Amino acid sequence: MKGIKLTDVLKKYTMVIALILVLIFFYITTGGKILYAQNINNLISQNAYVFVLAAGMLLCILTGGNIDLACGSVVCFAGGLGAVMLDRDMNVWFAVIAMLVCGTIIGIWQGFWIAYFKVPPFIATLSGMYAFRGLSNVLLQGYTVGIRNTTFLNVFGGGADCYIPDFMGSANFNTTCMVIGIGIAAIYVIVVLRNRISAKANGYEVEALPSVIVKSVIICAVVIWLFYKLANYKGIPTSLIWIALVLLVYSYITTKTTMGRYLYAVGGNEKATVLSGIDSRKVYFFAYINMGLMAGLGGILTVARATQAQPTFGQGYEMDAIAACFIGGASAYGGEGNIFGVIIGAVLMGVINQGMSIMGTDANYQKVVKGLVLLFAIIFDVMSNKKKK
Amino acid sequence: MAKVLLEMKNITKTFPGVKALDNVNFQVEEGEIHALVGENGAGKSTLMNVLSGIYPYGTYEGDIIYNGEVCQFQTIKDSEKKGIVIIHQELALVPQMSIGENMFLGNERGKKNAINWNETYKEADKYLKMVGLSESSHVLIKDIGTGKQQLVEIAKALAKNAKLLILDEPTSSLNETDSRALLDLMLEFKKQGMTMIIITHKLNEVVYVADKITVVRDGATIETLDKHTTEIDEARIIKGMVGREITDRFPKRENVAIGDINMEVDNWTVYHPLYTERKVVDNVSLNVRKGEVVGIYGLMGAGRTELAMSIFGRSYGSEIQGTLRIGGKEVTLKNPREAINAKIAYVTEDRKGNGLVLSNPIRVNTSLANLSGVSSRGIIDMDKEYQVAVEYKEKLKTKTPSVEQNVGNLSGGNQQKVLLAKWMFTDPDVLILDEPTRGIDVGAKYEIYCIINDLVSMGKSVIMISSELPEVIGMSDRIYIMNEGKFMGEMKASEATQENIMACIIQSGKGE
Repeated sequence: MKGIKLTDVLKKYTMVIALILVLIFFYITTGGKILYAQNINNLISQNAYVFVLAAGMLLCILTGGNIDLACGSVVCFAGGLGAVMLDRDMNVWFAVIAMLVCGTIIGIWQGFWIAYFKVPPFIATLSGMYAFRGLSNVLLQGYTVGIRNTTFLNVFGGGADCYIPDFMGSANFNTTCMVIGIGIAAIYVIVVLRNRISAKANGYEVEALPSVIVKSVIICAVVIWLFYKLANYKGIPTSLIWIALVLLVYSYITTKTTMGRYLYAVGGNEKATVLSGIDSRKVYFFAYINMGLMAGLGGILTVARATQAQPTFGQGYEMDAIAACFIGGASAYGGEGNIFGVIIGAVLMGVINQGMSIMGTDANYQKVVKGLVLLFAIIFDVMSNKKKK
Repeated sequence: MAKVLLEMKNITKTFPGVKALDNVNFQVEEGEIHALVGENGAGKSTLMNVLSGIYPYGTYEGDIIYNGEVCQFQTIKDSEKKGIVIIHQELALVPQMSIGENMFLGNERGKKNAINWNETYKEADKYLKMVGLSESSHVLIKDIGTGKQQLVEIAKALAKNAKLLILDEPTSSLNETDSRALLDLMLEFKKQGMTMIIITHKLNEVVYVADKITVVRDGATIETLDKHTTEIDEARIIKGMVGREITDRFPKRENVAIGDINMEVDNWTVYHPLYTERKVVDNVSLNVRKGEVVGIYGLMGAGRTELAMSIFGRSYGSEIQGTLRIGGKEVTLKNPREAINAKIAYVTEDRKGNGLVLSNPIRVNTSLANLSGVSSRGIIDMDKEYQVAVEYKEKLKTKTPSVEQNVGNLSGGNQQKVLLAKWMFTDPDVLILDEPTRGIDVGAKYEIYCIINDLVSMGKSVIMISSELPEVIGMSDRIYIMNEGKFMGEMKASEATQENIMACIIQSGKGE
């Protein structure tokens, strides 16, 4: 099929291409260090919170460009709560559930005012940003609380042993990791083929075969390469499992469920959605509850990674999550965006951070670069929307 | 013979798929009040938008000659500089600002970076006096009534040194006394030498103020009547406005049996959502039977949409009184969801604003009002959804390469079909179609009419709201005539003519 235009492909995958260019840039400037196994491992575990928070943030943004400014403070508060509980030797699973519930309740609190009292999300969550920062300080009494519980650390990606153990041991290569990687690639190919066959059998339109093959080959290559790199280091970091779980679940919610559909509809045209018999208040409520839950999980991952909780944790996390969504193509007016974009956005931000750290760029300039990247991503979004008209 | 102030020559303006103005000629003499009349969509507003530069030079064909020179306006500012000022039907005032601030918005007194507030308010008071409004210019717009707001708009126009004032439906939101006061003010301005163009639906006003009347119909000027040379009354104007034949623009509906009453509304009164003491719909009763098309005819602002939306799960209005019976049983529908469950569908007049999610594909829009029909336990069956969208696309002959096409990329007629598909998929018994053919071309209109016929032949009831007389007469079995929130009459389509429907509305205007 000749129907695929190069310009369309470029438009659709602009951020992917940008990501590749940025990678090449840092590969050259760091002398290849950016792709060292250890650095890739760090990229994942250091940015776990971005993936998780951005997934929640995407739901809010879909409803009409609404954001949650409080999630950084909630990360700190929920994380701090868990650290204090573990410090008092409470059951680890009890603490984990408490952190998730804590995040969810905060989500309910904020979502309630936003959905049912029409408090503008910016203000409702700005209030939460102050309040939960303050409460975090109260909770931790201004001190750092360390975490010694190894189960907690291992499961949520902190300390030295937070990797999937290798069952097929060999000295310098984690075979389990490699096998899992190949397995994932194989499952991906099988799913794609099965969907294609069933779609064809039902007479639906299917994507042109060459483009499917190219896409599958690229995705499989990336997955296998990633797991090969990880296998050369210590294996699969447990935080990657949580990231993958969250992304899979939210990808499913946004594409396959009625509630996911409503998120897009409310953001695309709220009046039309309400007149279609959909209660838009429930949709807002749902988005913010989920954001709260993700902030709870983000808190868990953050304190585990740091093996401690501090009252300053999570500052600016909300902005990282928002930036990842927008760089990943979510519309600042709502109704457009997806999980794949969020992944690209978060990875792009992570690569830029890491690349500049390796280069030894001053932290202040790193922020300048991040800011500019965000601006250009949005400018691109606005420009490409204009051209559509 | 007075001097010709404005001449518009051979103006043609096309929108994608529609010729809004076709070779229009229009002349205004200095110092006269010239009325522009015609049905909705006839092209009056388009003509004025061309004149004032809202549609810039180059987007239309033809010449505008003003004060002896050919003008090529790029923006509203250009035409205002020449003294052509348009006052739109929708008031363009900022409610939170004072009268004085509004009056000089974009036309500030003093220097660019230092507004002279003393001069602003002094001048504002001067213009307020000219329009006979006894309010301080420091009062906020939101604290004065619509009648006074309209006067502020006029004062604002005067402040721009208007020589040619265009008033688009200036009395549409005013009561009888305020309207009369405004018309008298226009006559006063005329004495002082001002030239004015007034666009209005209210023919009694036309007869009262206008020196000349130009009738616009289907994007063309039909005739210009001069009060001083010919006897003008409302009947004469109506003849010009509607004088066209209904030919076979409407598909025949054959042998559709009209059954029992499907939905019945009694003594329905709806109050405005913001001005809660104002009745938008006043004691209206109507019914519709199975297999019947009931037309509701009324001009814009008659309360038709408000009536429909208030029935559709109270999606309009602050307080609603009256009873609603479906299949003989009294029901209260608290929200759109309950209305959909009671098998009512409301197909909005504003398909872009209230109807469709333009950034989503046809497939998604088709299922939006009945997502439970293609999902189970909250999980969407994508295959089924796709099949449904394709089925309706074929049934309604929607022209699109694929149902994955975003609705925003479709033409108006095809968007309307997607909107109809969305509501047909909710399997309603009663469909309320609000201006179902607004802004779409003749071919697509015919197809929409065919769909309406199919619906009633399946025993469904259709309420069609429209401000196009030929359409109402051509498609309905029975017609209700609505004006200013009230039903003025009910007639069988076989007895209805354009003249007696218009007469019915005029009668009501005089009855006040």
